[in-house]
Amino acid sequence: MASPEIAVSVDQVVKRYGNVTALNGVSLDIRENEFFTLLGPSGCGKTTLLRAIAGFEDVTEGHIRLKGQDLVDQPPFKRPVNTVFQQYALFPHMSVTENVLFGLLRKSWSRQDAERRAQDVLELVQLSDFADRKPGQLSGGQQQRVALARALAPRPEVLLLDEPLSALDLKLRQAVRMELKAIQRETGIAFIFVTHDQEEALTMSDRIAVMSAGHVQQVGTPKEIYETPVNRFVADFIGETNLLDVQVLSVTGGLAQVLMPGNRNFKCPAAAVVNAGPGHLSVRPERISVCAEAAGDLSATVIDHTYLGTDIQLHVKLVDGEAMSVRLQNAETTLMPETGVVVGLSLEAGAARLLAD
Amino acid sequence: MAGKTDLRRFPGFLAVTTLCLFVLYAPLIVVAVYSFNASTSITNWGGMSLMWYVDVFTGPEAPKFQKAALNSMIIAVCASVIATIVATLAAVAMTRAGRLRGKIFSFALINLPLMVPEVVTAVASLVFFSAIGFTTGLTTILIAHTVFCIPFAYLPISARMQSIPDMYEQAAMDLYASPREAFRLVLLPLMTPGILSGFLLAFIISLDDFLITNFVKGAGVETLPTAIFGSVKQGIKPNIMAISTLMLVVSVAFVSLSWLVGRMGQDKKKNN
Repeated sequence: MASPEIAVSVDQVVKRYGNVTALNGVSLDIRENEFFTLLGPSGCGKTTLLRAIAGFEDVTEGHIRLKGQDLVDQPPFKRPVNTVFQQYALFPHMSVTENVLFGLLRKSWSRQDAERRAQDVLELVQLSDFADRKPGQLSGGQQQRVALARALAPRPEVLLLDEPLSALDLKLRQAVRMELKAIQRETGIAFIFVTHDQEEALTMSDRIAVMSAGHVQQVGTPKEIYETPVNRFVADFIGETNLLDVQVLSVTGGLAQVLMPGNRNFKCPAAAVVNAGPGHLSVRPERISVCAEAAGDLSATVIDHTYLGTDIQLHVKLVDGEAMSVRLQNAETTLMPETGVVVGLSLEAGAARLLAD
Repeated sequence: MAGKTDLRRFPGFLAVTTLCLFVLYAPLIVVAVYSFNASTSITNWGGMSLMWYVDVFTGPEAPKFQKAALNSMIIAVCASVIATIVATLAAVAMTRAGRLRGKIFSFALINLPLMVPEVVTAVASLVFFSAIGFTTGLTTILIAHTVFCIPFAYLPISARMQSIPDMYEQAAMDLYASPREAFRLVLLPLMTPGILSGFLLAFIISLDDFLITNFVKGAGVETLPTAIFGSVKQGIKPNIMAISTLMLVVSVAFVSLSWLVGRMGQDKKKNN
């Protein structure tokens, strides 16, 4: 089972604290050289899973394998993985260089090799000029890069990152994203990145595991997660979506006949839905266009609109009272319907995602 | 800050404060001033002189006081070192062991000597030592001092320890440090200001303890406070005032040092 390109294999991991189950049978394969993100709301178990891989949490059941080797009984200081902590945890009594040297010297590198390696990683994160400073004399962004350098220095098999950008302000965070991604490509090791920020996850990751309530809901590329969510939680958590309550009339050959609110028929890919019955249709606001009332898949009344610069967000209400939002591109040709007008909404059949209840 | 009550508006605030300060510090000032008295009287001022300080070091009672001071020093150093080590280990255990069973009980046990009336401890120690057949002397003083110094050392060390998040040790272990290395290379240096502060406090508490020492010391063994008391019983001479002033200076110096060291650690933490 341990294929050579799997870096970390999480196998049916369960973690309980007394009556609370933090991880409920999580299985994941993280490939070599990939930027893998654990994404979910707080309390979903993503940090617990990361800490279990690092060795700070025992697992109640299951196995975690690193390149085929079981880690579960190894203490953290024997696991060839390193962590970038959320608060960085730089040793305040040591200089930047001493912080970076720490792991190398514990791993019995020679002083000379260790110092050369420390110089290299500090160059990689562009902090060579700050080598003799104490962490307290650095800005938040610089501290974050020291933490990264310190964790990368001993050449871990896998790098674990626990929301390392959350302590930075927005501008800096956006710049660091690209930098982090570039460093991941350059070092060629797997990064396992924990975040609750879906934008962060979408922009940086090769693959994302969306977690909720101790379960992995979906694993896929950012495009897969965004465009073909497997359930309501994923559709709702990633980006903005409209979730419509619909009736699935029939499923034939991968195509579903759906009765929309307002009793119009709609045809779309059946995705994972196999049976007729109640279902949900997830449609992204930017995949809806406005048309003549009679031609639309839905009929809606315009409530309001919000000007967003690149887009205009249209707030509409369906006949059953359900609110929806539509994004129209801010172009000269875009016709802006007036408030109170009844319009038709046309959905891109390929972009509408049918979800089971 | 504007919401804070201005204490100075309370009627009689100045009078009460002055009275308290006077009662607290006037005797000390009198002792300090009269230690420079050129007369043998302890009440009449006979001019400025350092003669009693000279007397302390060269006078007829000098050998007795020197021996007592040496005993005090030996006991204070040994007791505070041992107490600091015990208190450091206790503080690490109490803050890092998670839900240790009987944690509250242990905390009470460590700090109980602060609450128990000192005379009770003194009598209990004496009874205990004679019950197990220990000859009273320097050793018994040392044991008793170590015991009552532990809570004094524990408080600043534990306060410091509680302000160190466990992520530092986790980071150390993540970087291949064994638990022992994580303690020695990361936790201990971070705890140092608290440990120094605790040590200095324990040292000064041991140095000027009289009550327990007086009970558990053997015949002929004196520390500085018991020697001073013994000498005072035969009438107060200004040389006692000179010794007292010297001890006061040492105490103030140590307490200030302890405070400064503690504050240094806090400043360092704020910078992070």
